[in-house]
Amino acid sequence: MKLLSSPLVCRDAVELVSDYLDGTLPRRQRRRLEKHLAGCDACTAYLDQMRATIAASGKVGPEDLPSDVLEGLVDLFRQYRDEN
Amino acid sequence: MATGTLQHVDDAALLENLLGGDESAFGELVKRYHPTLLKVARYYVGSVASAEDVAQDTWIAVIKGIEKFEQRSSFKTWLLRICANRARTAGVKEHRSIPVDPNESGPSVSAHRFDQGGFWSDPPVPFTDAIDTRLDTAAILEAVRHAIDTLGEPQQAVVTLRDVEGLSTQEVATLLGLSEANVRVILHRGRARVREIVEETMKGTKI
Repeated sequence: MKLLSSPLVCRDAVELVSDYLDGTLPRRQRRRLEKHLAGCDACTAYLDQMRATIAASGKVGPEDLPSDVLEGLVDLFRQYRDEN
Repeated sequence: MATGTLQHVDDAALLENLLGGDESAFGELVKRYHPTLLKVARYYVGSVASAEDVAQDTWIAVIKGIEKFEQRSSFKTWLLRICANRARTAGVKEHRSIPVDPNESGPSVSAHRFDQGGFWSDPPVPFTDAIDTRLDTAAILEAVRHAIDTLGEPQQAVVTLRDVEGLSTQEVATLLGLSEANVRVILHRGRARVREIVEETMKGTKI
C-alpha cells in the first residue's frame, strides 16, 4: 500500500481527474488527488479546464440537420399518420 | 405548434403532441436527436451511409411503435435503445466488431508536457474565467463541438452519450455493450482529448 499513500506527481494526477469529477474515484485516491491539488496550481487549472469542457459539452446542442433529411423523415411520419 | 417555438419544449410535452399526430412535434424530436442517433449507429456499423439507414429505421420504428411506448423510461432512453439494438444487428450483419480504443493504455496528456520527475513543464493555461466572462460562448461551444466530432470511436460515442446527452455511465454502458469500468476509461481519454483540442483552439485565438 506504500504506492497508494505516496504523494502524486502531476502526470499521474491528471489521469484521475475524470473519475474525480464524476464522483467515482475511490476515497483513498480522492484524498491523494485533493492533497496534490491543494499544492498544485497547474493541476488545479487542468481540473478547471476539464470541468469547463464537460459543462460546455452539455450545452453544445444538436448539430443542424440538413433540411432534406428532416423533411424526408417528417414526410414518412405524415404518410403513416394519414394511412392509419 | 410552429416549429420555431418548440426549441424549449421538453420531450414529454413533445411526445404528447406527437401522440396527437402533430408533425411539428415529430420534427422537433428529429432535430433534437437525429445527430446522436447517427453517432450511436456509427459506433456499431461500418459507414456513414449504413448509419443513416439505421437512424432512419429507428424513426420509422418510433412512428409505428409510439403508441405502445409505455413511458417507463424517458423517450430519449427508449429512442436510443431502439437505435442501439438496430445498429448492433446491422453491425453483426456487416461482420463488424465493436471499436476498441487503440490508445487505451497510453497517457491522456502528452508525455512531453511533463518533466522527468512527472511534474508539468508546459502547464495548462486556465481558460475557465475566459469561458465564463470574456469569451464568446458560441466560440467555445463550437470548439467543443468540433473537438468531439474529431474523436475516433469509441470515444466519440461515449463522450456524446455521457457529456452531450447527459446519460449515466450505466446507460452508456448498456447502449454500447461495454462494462461501466470500460466506459469510464474511454470517457476519461475522450474528455482529455476534447480539453486538449479546446486548449489548442484557445491558444490560437489568443483569448
